[in-house]
Amino acid sequence: MEDKQYMEYVHANAQKSNHIVTLVWAFLVGGVICCIGQGFGDLFAFALPNWEKSKIAALVSMTMIFLGSFFTGVGVYDKLGAKAGGGSIVPITGFANSVVSPAMEFNKEGIVLGMMAKMFVVAGPIIVAGTVSSVVSGLIYWIIGLFN
Amino acid sequence: MKVGKQTYLLDNKVYIQSAYSLAGPYESKGNFRDYFDCVMEDDEWKCKSHEMAEIEMQRFVISECLAKVNVSPLDCGAIMGGDLINQIVPTSFSARDFHTPFMGLYNACATFGEALSIGSTLVNGDFDKIICCTSSHYATAERQYRYPLELGTQPTPESQWTVTGSGAVLLSKKPGEYPLVKGYTIGRVLDFGLTDPNNMGGAMAPAAANTIITHFKDTGRSPDYYDLIITGDLGRFGRETLHYLCKKEGYVLDNLNDCGSMMYCDKQKAGQGGSGAGCCSLVFASYLYKRLLEKSLKKILFVPTGAMLSKDSALQGESIPGIAHAVVIEREDFY
Repeated sequence: MEDKQYMEYVHANAQKSNHIVTLVWAFLVGGVICCIGQGFGDLFAFALPNWEKSKIAALVSMTMIFLGSFFTGVGVYDKLGAKAGGGSIVPITGFANSVVSPAMEFNKEGIVLGMMAKMFVVAGPIIVAGTVSSVVSGLIYWIIGLFN
Repeated sequence: MKVGKQTYLLDNKVYIQSAYSLAGPYESKGNFRDYFDCVMEDDEWKCKSHEMAEIEMQRFVISECLAKVNVSPLDCGAIMGGDLINQIVPTSFSARDFHTPFMGLYNACATFGEALSIGSTLVNGDFDKIICCTSSHYATAERQYRYPLELGTQPTPESQWTVTGSGAVLLSKKPGEYPLVKGYTIGRVLDFGLTDPNNMGGAMAPAAANTIITHFKDTGRSPDYYDLIITGDLGRFGRETLHYLCKKEGYVLDNLNDCGSMMYCDKQKAGQGGSGAGCCSLVFASYLYKRLLEKSLKKILFVPTGAMLSKDSALQGESIPGIAHAVVIEREDFY
């Protein structure tokens, strides 16, 4: 059998993801995580009426990062992720998970060369992409400003 | 004695005198739960790390395999085996506890087939006893090939679950009521250009088909010569693909099965089934060995399969070559 023929056979016969089920799960779990965040936002705004909106937003992010890290630490977040996929990766809790999970994993190789060195193996690309895109959009913003 | 292109039949009798299996907690809930000699109650097994647990697993199965038949490690010509971790640390480190010569092997998940082939050749020659042992561990393999354990990723439907477990066998010249290694067909590395590291069954099936068909051509045997043709860790899709590939070449394998796809029950949701260097050795040392002993299986073709990839090779865009070795194991009626 030719390589190409075989590739076609594999692509045609390999089991595919059930998109409807995975999409519904991702939508529901992602939505619930965002609702929890919104709930904390409303709660903080109610409890701290004198605080600015941006400070409340920062407080909500910190709370959600804490929760993401906490549920990673107790071994729940990976089980959620196996069901929800993008639904639990995209919110900020997923970012917390991607930093805490390698930190836990590589802790065995020591604090400095294990945990600290490898903490960003998963989240590193997100940070690089975020920084680069913010620099690029800043430049575009600045150039547009020159013409006004 | 060489037969055909890649097959060697052994002139002297090589007995599998003893076998010992150790299964992880998840495997002990699977289909073979009644066959394991020992079961780990948790993944770390009172060790500091999962890697250290895997070292301890291999050390444990080797010593128990020998203790079962009252053989001292000093009486063995060599320990040979391997695993999936960098520089085969679990196997080599476990061997430091025995004063036995050691040979480390690597053929990915087909290492056990390689160990049985080389070991039986040595026992066919001047060696008196050889220990063959491989292991794999879900947590160490995840770190080696994929992501941290606690990362919330979604497995694809084609992916397989690395078996936590280890199996060891003692090949020996000592006659007895044991199964025999009668010969083997060494496989070639075959690459059909598949690049998806989640679909290892598809990458390995052509190599398994090639080895099995070569074995039939070399020996002139037909598939029904064997009670069971059992592959290592192709998974459900890989097993179907192998069946399809062999059928295209005119060999209908009705007695085909796969250690990986038999490992877990349906409700365990382990994707296509088990994989790993310990998958086939665990099944061989438990289920297959016991069935050979009670003679409910008399002739089997045992075909461990391996996918030769590393995390870096996959990232560099390399495809995944596969390999498979076929080992003939038989019971004799009269001694």
